[in-house]
Amino acid sequence: MAELTKELSQVKGDKPAVPGKDVKVHPTPEPQGKRPLDVPTGTPTVIVDDLHIVYRVYGAASESEKGNAVNALSRLLRRQGRPQMKEVHAVKGVTFVAYHGDAIGIVGRNGSGKSTLLRAIAGLLPPHKGAVYTDGQPSLLGVNAALMRELTGERNIVLGCYAMGMTPAEVREKYQEIVDFSGIDEFVQLPMSTYSSGMGARLRFAISSAKTHDVLLIDEALATGDREFRKKSQERIRQIRESAGTVFLVAHDLRVIEQTCNRVIWLHKGKIRMDGDPEEVIAAYNKG
Amino acid sequence: MSQPESAVADAQAGGRSGQEPLAKLAKRYGLRRAIARPRFPVYLRQLWERRHFILTYATSRNVSKYSRSALGQLWQVLTPLLNAAIYYVMFGLILGGHRGIENYPAFLLTGMFVFTFTQRTVSAGAKSISGNLSMIRALHFPRASLPLAYTIQELQQLAYSMAVLLVLVMITGEMPTWFWLMIPVVLLLQTMFNIGVGLVVARLGAQMRDLNQLLPFITRTWLYASGVFFSIQDKVVGSAQLPQWVANAMYLNPAASYIEWMREILISTHNKSFGHHPPTMVWMSCVFWAVFALGFGFWYFWRSEERYGRG
Repeated sequence: MAELTKELSQVKGDKPAVPGKDVKVHPTPEPQGKRPLDVPTGTPTVIVDDLHIVYRVYGAASESEKGNAVNALSRLLRRQGRPQMKEVHAVKGVTFVAYHGDAIGIVGRNGSGKSTLLRAIAGLLPPHKGAVYTDGQPSLLGVNAALMRELTGERNIVLGCYAMGMTPAEVREKYQEIVDFSGIDEFVQLPMSTYSSGMGARLRFAISSAKTHDVLLIDEALATGDREFRKKSQERIRQIRESAGTVFLVAHDLRVIEQTCNRVIWLHKGKIRMDGDPEEVIAAYNKG
Repeated sequence: MSQPESAVADAQAGGRSGQEPLAKLAKRYGLRRAIARPRFPVYLRQLWERRHFILTYATSRNVSKYSRSALGQLWQVLTPLLNAAIYYVMFGLILGGHRGIENYPAFLLTGMFVFTFTQRTVSAGAKSISGNLSMIRALHFPRASLPLAYTIQELQQLAYSMAVLLVLVMITGEMPTWFWLMIPVVLLLQTMFNIGVGLVVARLGAQMRDLNQLLPFITRTWLYASGVFFSIQDKVVGSAQLPQWVANAMYLNPAASYIEWMREILISTHNKSFGHHPPTMVWMSCVFWAVFALGFGFWYFWRSEERYGRG
């Protein structure tokens, strides 16, 4: 506990006299550098209650034996248990409450459980223990997984829109907007595998951002492509953020988080290390 | 950095004790669990709302499958044709399995094409969840959309192979009769059965990875038990001298039932060797398996809906 106090006092020392201009909901950060969990500051939209996530990872060994029935049977008989299956305990007891209007940045090193946490909030990964409660259906921004490289941009736009749950009328309405925003013009008739990486990223972003969401979860590196497009897409993210009730943003670029978030959660090895005002948390994160 | 990582989390948990539990707070504000399985009727409705996605996904997969080959979509016709040629040379000419069967080519091809539809759906279905984990972990949709899309993809392929089959059967000397109007009915029932089995193996394949390795073995056994190359009646009762109920039991195997009914429709001479067991048994078996598999498949798959993301 003594060490904790030491860390927190450091954090306090870093605190600027004037709160950052992005702090909307809580102009005065709590003295301990973290927000109390259920002070009624607004309507809670996401409640994460002692969340644990365990997911399974499979070794690549079984791939080489695919399709050979004799091998498959003998392996089944020979083996006890599943040696090449590993369980990864990615999130270990995370608790916080997010309120309407919050833009929460999540920082942490690679493998600290940031993306896993987002997927659990989105209801895509089942909790091992604990629970996530949400208002409406939180959505991840991104449709990459549904797209097919061999297909034309045109087909991928339609497929991606349907995958995000649009109706045919909505797809027709948004189609031209997506093509225009991505700026790929006549390439829309060509397979996506022929696109440059920048063009592909632009089209993916244009499709992903065509839908509005209540609670939005943005995983890093969405705003890619050339400089002009990056500006355009950051602007789009800002618009989406404003229309969404609550936003979670995972990014490695701390400047983006500092600019856009009013609260930052620092995840370390699946646990919350710090939760509070962006400048304080990021300052501590940069040191640690 | 020597302090324990959980220090802050512990402090938070400690600071919260004595206050309202979070579950209650969630309830007070009407928040729902992020991951919850909808009730079964709601689930089916959500699935229906996703029909455009399911269809588009199936078509897209079919288009992308052949997009890298020079002949492209022509393979949809060429693949069943080449398969038919191999089966005929192998079983018709070399092994001489035609004893006692009039119009053996039509007999063999019908069996093979009908069985292939089910076999391909089963092996595709088993991979539909485990092969799409990244999509399941990124997007919201009723997970049954995936095995359904895979079945529809196979159904689209079947349209081509059925056309090939009908042409080949006519070449062997069978002429279209009014009974041919029953073909869509049989295919509909078989598709219902395939959807059901596809859903069951999709869940099994997601939970036990070894299924994908075992499946070729299982489907091959199933192929031999379904009387694709031989007449069950002739072999079991005629050659092996087993009692009639053994043959009847084998005809109740869903694949054998669908094959038998299709042969009865397509091959005029097939009815003769059919005398030993009532054809009503075959079509009742077809209807039963279609309804049972479809109902059970959706229910069984739905039971695990919220867990597919874990892998």
